[in-house]
Amino acid sequence: MTQAALATTPPTGVPTTDKPSTSVPDTEKPFIQIKNVTKRFGDFIAVDNVSLDIYRSELFCLLGGSGCGKSTLLRMLAGFENPTQGQILIDGVDMAGIPPWERPVNMMFQSYALFPHLSVESNIAFGLKREGVKRDEIKQRVDDMLKLVQLSQFAKRKPDQLSGGQRQRVALARALIKRPKLLLLDEPLGALDKKLREETQFELVNIQDKLGVTFVVVTHDQEEAMTLASRIGVMSQGEIIQIGSPSEIYEYPVNRFVAQFIGSVNIFAGVVTEDEPDYTEIMSEEAGTLIHIDHGVSCAPEQEMWVAARPEKIMLSHEQPQQPYNWTKGVIKEVAYMGSSSIYKIELASGKMVRVERINRIRREEDGFTWETPVYLSWESGDCVVLSS
Amino acid sequence: MGNTRVFVVGIRRLRGAKLMNTLTRPVRPSALERWWQSTVHFLRQGRHFVIAIPMTWLVLFFLIPFAVVFKISLSEKALSIPPVSSLWGWNSEDAMVTLSLYLGNYKFLWEDNLYLDAYLSSIKIAAISTVITLLVAYPIAYLIARSKKYRYVLLALVILPFWTSFLLRVYAWMGFLNKNGVINNILLSLGIIDEPLNMIGTNFAVYIGVVYTYLPFMILPLYTILEKLDESLLEASADLGAKPYETFLHVVLPLSIPGIIAGSLLVFIPVVGEFVIPTLLGGSDTLMIGRVLWDEFFTNRDWPMASAVAIVMLVFLVIPMMVLRRVQDVRQERNT
Repeated sequence: MTQAALATTPPTGVPTTDKPSTSVPDTEKPFIQIKNVTKRFGDFIAVDNVSLDIYRSELFCLLGGSGCGKSTLLRMLAGFENPTQGQILIDGVDMAGIPPWERPVNMMFQSYALFPHLSVESNIAFGLKREGVKRDEIKQRVDDMLKLVQLSQFAKRKPDQLSGGQRQRVALARALIKRPKLLLLDEPLGALDKKLREETQFELVNIQDKLGVTFVVVTHDQEEAMTLASRIGVMSQGEIIQIGSPSEIYEYPVNRFVAQFIGSVNIFAGVVTEDEPDYTEIMSEEAGTLIHIDHGVSCAPEQEMWVAARPEKIMLSHEQPQQPYNWTKGVIKEVAYMGSSSIYKIELASGKMVRVERINRIRREEDGFTWETPVYLSWESGDCVVLSS
Repeated sequence: MGNTRVFVVGIRRLRGAKLMNTLTRPVRPSALERWWQSTVHFLRQGRHFVIAIPMTWLVLFFLIPFAVVFKISLSEKALSIPPVSSLWGWNSEDAMVTLSLYLGNYKFLWEDNLYLDAYLSSIKIAAISTVITLLVAYPIAYLIARSKKYRYVLLALVILPFWTSFLLRVYAWMGFLNKNGVINNILLSLGIIDEPLNMIGTNFAVYIGVVYTYLPFMILPLYTILEKLDESLLEASADLGAKPYETFLHVVLPLSIPGIIAGSLLVFIPVVGEFVIPTLLGGSDTLMIGRVLWDEFFTNRDWPMASAVAIVMLVFLVIPMMVLRRVQDVRQERNT
């Protein structure tokens, strides 16, 4: 997740904190206010009482599995759906009853929805023509936009003569040319192959930085959310479960669902044995060790809790660690060599499989961590999170 | 890889098991066996066989009749059965075969204004009805394509009239449009008109009959195009600031052009040669080439003239279509 750190420099006005906090200074008025919005389709509740503030120039990402309501929320911002209950304000204006063609919002569709009968140029110019902008100005702005997305030499082509990546850039250009206050992106990188995705992710962040437009991105891909977003809202079953910066969401998930949805994680069930303000101790049969955590939790004594440890936070060694807690024994059952790192699946005495990721700093065959090797696993007190649900 | 090969060979053996038995016999195959062998070989080349059926059909029922009609149009009316002169002559004295091609029919066609007027009037009536049919059919097709719940019910309603006889439906319209027909009676009883309207026997009645009869031929191709239209294109257009009518004008309409062309051809071509509707609903002043053709054939018993009329009509219809095709091809080439 080192990529995440690169792209998460938030735009001005958005607080950067390492601590788990989603508070924003009161002085800044939110650009988009979603207030208690519910959307029902018949008996099905697609979006369930969601409230959310998004700030100017933010790159906000709605992340969730399919059917979690993220796309419905996006379509309500665009005006294709109307909330059953609640209110949506964009730049202080209530959007109720305002049709899509009058909203200061443009959308980049998942399928790109490029007009197949129009050339790249005309696709991009479509929005300006409807606005009645003068011909010379349209020409100028389309040329500038083509330059921005590096498609100048493809201006006369039809969409079906472009590659997936080129189409994606046309869709982006078409959505940006009207200089919307808010750009909505529905799975913007979904149709691209891996290499192209990575390039485009950074391109999107650059363009967003350059133009200062507010982006709201919907995606099911946590990696995409991590690289793009300054803030992420994790959704499940129509509700927003957690809002925070990518690192907050990754390092301090609020529950097991978020922990498992974002990246991979090892979760050990255990019982709280000591609960002090500055540390907690949890006895986990599953992990086969006492787990020491350097922050307190508020809970009943003997309550069942879960401890989440990311695969890259767990260290492997051949010698027994010299600490009274946070270490256990296991046998390597599977090794997946990925080049820069390797992923080990290690079976503990309890039968629990633990996933460990380790950077291949030295050549793998020399380190002795291979199939059926007994190893010690250990982690630092500050590297785990206690989850109560 | 090796395994796959063996497998394929195995399947071939199974398929031609009978053939293989004959082939593996050590003696030289007999003529019958060789014939069997080549037939099986031919049938295995399924592709040729599949194409052969429609090709035979086209040759038998389209190309040969066309050649016969063309031949007749080059002969003279004669008192014989069939009432045409023969193209081939045989002079036994000089032992000479003569081929006489009579072009008089075409010359007459050109010289007598009746025919040219009939052609132009037919094309005019067909063109106007095509435009009216398009205007009526488009909203219907759009509605059907956009409705989710009742789509198949509505489609069935469009196709349903085909289940009753075409002739019966035209007669029904006669009942509606007559001087003492349903429409006049209703309007009279409501006091909207004092005298019955003169509808039957006018071009107006012909347009009604044609639009009514050919409406499904326009709706169905339009529906297939509009149904395929990606909803997200409409949303994208609205999102980019296009009001609903602008979305229709700049997105829906251009994308439905193939359907408009297909539907218009399906209506225009048969209407040019339409005979039943103008005869039953039209008046004496409704001049259409189908009626002229009928008169030549059945009243005048002039087969050669009737054939010439038919051939020229075909040329009138086929040439514009070929030009259209050519234009489309060129446009497509330029695009790619």
